[in-house]
Amino acid sequence: MAVRGLLAAWAALALACTVAGAQAASARGPATGKPAPQFVRTALDGQRIDLAALRGKVVLLNFWATWCAPCQVEMPVFAEWQRQYGAQGLQVVGVSMDDEAEPVRRLVAHLRLNYPVAMGDEKLGAQYGGVLGLPLTYLIGRDGRIQARFQGETDPAKIQSKLKALLASR
Amino acid sequence: MVILSLLLVAGARLHAQFSGAPSFSSASSISTSQLIQPEEMNRLLQAKGAARPLVLQVGSRLMFAQAHIPGSEYVGPGSQPAGLDALKARVARLDHKSPIVLYCGCCPWNRCPNVGPAYKLLADLGFTHVRVLYFANNFGADWVEKGYPVEGAH
Repeated sequence: MAVRGLLAAWAALALACTVAGAQAASARGPATGKPAPQFVRTALDGQRIDLAALRGKVVLLNFWATWCAPCQVEMPVFAEWQRQYGAQGLQVVGVSMDDEAEPVRRLVAHLRLNYPVAMGDEKLGAQYGGVLGLPLTYLIGRDGRIQARFQGETDPAKIQSKLKALLASR
Repeated sequence: MVILSLLLVAGARLHAQFSGAPSFSSASSISTSQLIQPEEMNRLLQAKGAARPLVLQVGSRLMFAQAHIPGSEYVGPGSQPAGLDALKARVARLDHKSPIVLYCGCCPWNRCPNVGPAYKLLADLGFTHVRVLYFANNFGADWVEKGYPVEGAH
């Protein structure tokens, strides 16, 4: 009887944790360790971005906008990392959450970004749990799974540290 | 490390050039007495029978479409002339004592380019009962993840 009670309590606890975890994942986007939601987009330069095709690379997926000040501080850094770590398998992908493409094109051209940038929308935002604050950066491992999530203004050194660890693993 | 520092400085200068914003009032310039915290806002929205303020989102349309406070309207972005024109048009026929709450939630509070100009516009127009919903981090972290009510695609 006591064993049954313990088992029932354990089952209830496990169920509660699962629900809470699912809710947390949906509230904060895909959970660490889970497969990154797949998408295919056309970048502003016409390049096709297929996340599935980037399996084997470490992907830095950055949601940003031209009106986001912290985003504009980060982007030159990400471009430098693309140059520095590209040969090791880094691929930076930018997704602009601007309403219009024209200001995005101007900024991308001015920055001479060396990574593809596509326009985001509600659908892509929903796939990643709702992009409800910027900047938002995901690190996706070579296995296609989410390895880290950085919301808001983040010390670049913190992202870089995680990035280098992922690049070192094959 | 030196390269990283230089890039960070360059990025900061870049924002001033490409934000597309006119010279604007910082969110930090809004008096704390005019701010409303998310918890208080939620209580206000839940209160039955209480007069509900006009709630206006003055930030990103795409973010509004994903999730917004139930009953709020999109008139943003406050950092753009077109957004301010839309805000002005929305309130044109309102009594200057109408209770209004503005919010954005795009970015950390001291980085938001939208609420400051929007608030300033309403103040300049003579509106006396305007408050701004304070998000320390962003709408997602400070409203949605707190479990407060939302509507939209998210």
